[in-house]
This record gives sequence, structure tokens and C-alpha cells, in this order.
Amino acid sequence: MTTSTLRVKPRTPRRIAFSQQVGRWDIKFSPYLYISPFFILFAVVGLFPLLYTGWVSLHHWDLIAGEGPWVGFDNFSFVLGQQQFWIALRNTFSIFLLSAVPQIVFALLIAAVLDTNLRGRTFWRMSVLLPYIIMPVAVALIFGQLFGDKYGLINGILGHVGIPPIGWHTDAFSSQVAIATMVNFRWTGYNALILLAGMQAIPRDLYESAAIDGAGRVRRFFSITIPQLRPTLIFVIITATIGGLQIFDEPRLYDQYGTGGADHQWLTLTIYLYNLGWGQLDFGRAAAVAWLLFLIIVIIGLINLAITRRIASNEGRI
Amino acid sequence: MTATAERGARTTAKSAATSPRAPKPRARRRSVVSDRPGFLVYGFLAVILLGALFPLYWSLLIGSGDSSTIAEQNLSWIPGGNFIQNALSVVNNEGVNFWKSLGNSVIVSTVVSASVVLFSTLAGYAFAKLRFRGKRGLLIFVIATMAVPTQLAVVPLFIAMSDFGWTGTLGAVIVPALVSAFGVFWMTQYIGQALPDELIEAARVDGASMIRTFWSVALPSARPAAAMLALFTFIMTWTNFFWPFIVLNNSNPTLPVSLALLQANYFVDYSIVLAGVILATVPLFILFVFAGKQLVAGIMSGAVKG
Repeated sequence: MTTSTLRVKPRTPRRIAFSQQVGRWDIKFSPYLYISPFFILFAVVGLFPLLYTGWVSLHHWDLIAGEGPWVGFDNFSFVLGQQQFWIALRNTFSIFLLSAVPQIVFALLIAAVLDTNLRGRTFWRMSVLLPYIIMPVAVALIFGQLFGDKYGLINGILGHVGIPPIGWHTDAFSSQVAIATMVNFRWTGYNALILLAGMQAIPRDLYESAAIDGAGRVRRFFSITIPQLRPTLIFVIITATIGGLQIFDEPRLYDQYGTGGADHQWLTLTIYLYNLGWGQLDFGRAAAVAWLLFLIIVIIGLINLAITRRIASNEGRI
Repeated sequence: MTATAERGARTTAKSAATSPRAPKPRARRRSVVSDRPGFLVYGFLAVILLGALFPLYWSLLIGSGDSSTIAEQNLSWIPGGNFIQNALSVVNNEGVNFWKSLGNSVIVSTVVSASVVLFSTLAGYAFAKLRFRGKRGLLIFVIATMAVPTQLAVVPLFIAMSDFGWTGTLGAVIVPALVSAFGVFWMTQYIGQALPDELIEAARVDGASMIRTFWSVALPSARPAAAMLALFTFIMTWTNFFWPFIVLNNSNPTLPVSLALLQANYFVDYSIVLAGVILATVPLFILFVFAGKQLVAGIMSGAVKG
């Protein structure tokens, strides 16, 4: 920084005053300038479109013709009167629960195993993360075939054990299990690593005093690890909720038609939104679905927060 | 574990805690789970590794066969000889635009990663180190936006993009992703703990302007976190399907969109579809081989604090 000190010396008093003024502006406004890209972009592509979705949902709005007349809540009452909406809602929740619950249980198990004094720690951690780099579209194409009704490998294996083939692409519940499996495949290891990081932050003395008091490994896990993981668990569950309720890629590519099954067996709300907007070119109704889904996610997020808090703190009291 | 061993372990932990020179984490770790895990644990992890690899290997088996391989009852565990031929069917299909989609994905992911890193580091630096009115509230706002499902705003976003005439162009995919709340939060966390205030003050005393201080002091010290952010943003952008699928058209797709087209075109012959899946997975697989360690470290260091 010698150059800058050299530069200051020959300056006249007036120029110093001016540069000081500039410097003051620099200090005052630079922080706002630095954070502005996020806020501008969020306003333009996040907040404004979300609010504008509400405006669109109150109009008849065609993808090609554009804005039509104001229709009040007609789009909402149409959507809410459609059986498809309720099927999609049920499927979305069903897939979400089928993926979130086993995923968190397994992630906890994997994290607990990785938290031991392993040889080749980095290798095992990496191997757990491997599915994360496979794009959901690819996962869907692979599992769509593994779960093939006729020739699928999974039905083949079941056949060897004497179980009759399962209609993975015809039966609603089975198809949702298959789609939840894809989500679990990709995200369990990722969440396990987050939980592992949380576990390693738990003070080891806690385990020691518990061990001295005679608590076994399982008891230590439920009475120390789980309660101590509370913030991490809340984080994992909330992220899983926000993503899980918007699920699109996996069900969309589960078969070659992408409409959620002939009888809407795996139609989710986001696919329904897409079908309304870009299939039937009705943006008003699509926007109504978007708003409803938005509300659902916010409500579920809050319920989630309340439940996780309670569970975790109850276990802490045992 | 015997009682004596336990007591011994306890003393080690105590002495480690009292003497500051002792290698703390190791001593602590040994005292809790002093025994190395048995082969059951390794067996369990090996099963998980096989489970992670199996779908890819199976795709390779099918993708290296022909159209009848998928219906094979006794599938051979050794790949067949048709992979190159199937891969050529993928890249030469005019409806799928494989090479173009690969190039597009490289462009989109690179530009988005670079921009997210730059803007997030700028904002993270401001939030972590600079003083300005409303800082706390603004930072909380940034964090809160992470819980907003902005993906649901696709309808107006699409309307806006068609008004601008941007539908079908890469700009429509790039611009909405130029900076992320996650990135800002991530960099704020890192710079807050990694960059000493004294360094910034020294630069300021030496007469460096705000942006100069950022460029020559903050940015270099934020490099490890910036690299991880770039890595994650790259993967997220690379694998993203929903918005590119909506806003791009079939003649100018990104890789996931092109894969979806592949299934639509070739659903009668899954050896070609799954060969395409393998081709599309290779780039990130290579990235994973080289940067998997960093990915693990990144997930374990940053995401927890949310």
C-alpha cells in the first residue's frame, strides 16, 4: 500500500476535502450497493411474480391471448371444485410423507454410523453423497424402468421370492412409493451429512457422563443425540418440506407421457399446475393452483416447526 | 468396554482438557467411542455404497445392450457391446439436440455460478463486516426468503419472459438465478468468521477505497467458501429441470430438458434412453471424483447453521 501513501502527499487541501467527501459517500453507500443485487433480483423475479400470481389468478388469462376479464375467485372455485386438484393434493402429501419420514430416519441412522471412528472416513462420506450428483431427471428415467410393471428388475426380484408383480405404474400407492424412492435415493445421503455435522458439534462430555451413568449406545442416541440435533433436524425437515411439496421432475418423467398417470395415480400439485398452464393454456387457473400450493407450504412449514420443536424438547426431558 | 478402560479413557479426556497443548479432538473422540467399529458397520456402509452405484451400473448394463435387453429375464452382469452405438443414437438424434444441450448446460451453469459467487461474496462481505443502518433486519429478510417457494411464481415469470421476448433463450434461465439467498447467507457466515477486522482496517488506513478493500482483502480471504459455493451452485443449476423445461423450447434445451426429450422420442428402446442417462451423468461424475471431498466438507460446514 506504499503507492497510495505516496499519492496522498502532493495533494492540495481542496482536493483532500473533495476526496474526503467521496470517501464518506463511499463508506455510507457502498454496503447498500453491495447487497443491492440480491434485493433487486429477489424483488423482480421472486416477490413481484409471487404477488402478481395473485393478480393473474383473479383473471381469465390465456397463455396466448393474455390478460382477460376480471373473474374474481372463479379460478379458485373452479380448481377447488375439480376432483383432480384433490387427488393431486392427496398424492403430493402421500409422496411427501413416503419420502420425508423414511429419509430422515435413514439419514439419522447413516449419520450415526458415520459418526463412529471409521477407517477411510472421507471415502464413506463421499460414497453416501454420490446419488446427489445424478440429476433428478436421470434418476426418474432409471427408476421408472427399475420399477417397470412388466419387465422391471424389482418385480423380477420379487417374482423370485414368490411375490406376485406389483403394478408400480398402475396402482396409486405403489407408484407413489416408487417416486418417493427416487427422492430418497437422491437426498438421504445429503441429509445424513448435514445431520453428521450436527452430531459432531455435540459436546462429547455429554456422552461420557451418560456412559458412566450406564446408558447404552441406543439410549445415548435417543436421549442425547436426537435432542441435541434439534436445530439441525428442524433445518432438514423444513428444507425437505419446501422441496418435497413442489415435487415435479420425478413424477413428470416417471412414464413417457408425463401427465401423472392415466388415472392421476401420481399426479402432483406442481404437475397439475403445469398441465393447467402449459397444457390447457389457462394461466388464471394455474396461478390459482400456485397460490393454493404456496399457502399450503407456508402452513405446513409452520406446523412442522411447531411439531419438531415439541418432539425434540420432549425427548430432552426424558 | 471394561470399567478400567473406561476410566482410563476418562482420564485421557480430562488431561486433554486441562493441558492446552494436547491434541484435543483426537483425545476426545477416542474417549467416547474408543473401540473401532466392527465389520457390521462397514458392511452396512458397503451396502449403501452399492445401493448408490447400482442404479448407474444397471443403466450401463441396459444402455450397452439393445432394445430387448430391458425385457431380459436373466440379465448378464457384464455390460454388452452396444454402448457406443446407443450413445451415437443419442447424440445424433435431431430431436434431442444433445451436444447443444450439453453446451447450453455448461454456459448456464458456469455463468450462474460465477455471478452467484461474485454477488453473494459482495453482499456477504457487507453483511459480515460493514456497518450500515438496517443491516440486521435486511439479513433476516434474506434468510427468510430461503423459506419462500419462489418456484411457484413461474406463471408471471413466464408472462414477463414472453413479454421481453426471452422465452427460448438462455437468458431466461440465467437471469433469475444470478444471485441466491443461500449464497448470501453462506458467504456472510464464512466471511464473518474467516476475515479479521484488522485486515480491513489496515487496508482502509492505507487509503484503499471500499471496493478496493473488498477486491484485494475480502475476496482473496473468502476463496475457500467461494469455491464451495461455486461448486454447489454449479450442481444445482446443472440438475435443475422445472424452469428450463418451461421456458426453453426443444430446439435450445439444457441437458435435463434434452434427457426428457430423449424419453419422449425413444420410449420404445430404453437401451438408448439409459445410454443417454449415462452420458448425461458423466460430467458431474467426473466433477464428483475430483471435488467430492470439497462437497462433503461444504455440506458439513455450511448448511447446518440454518
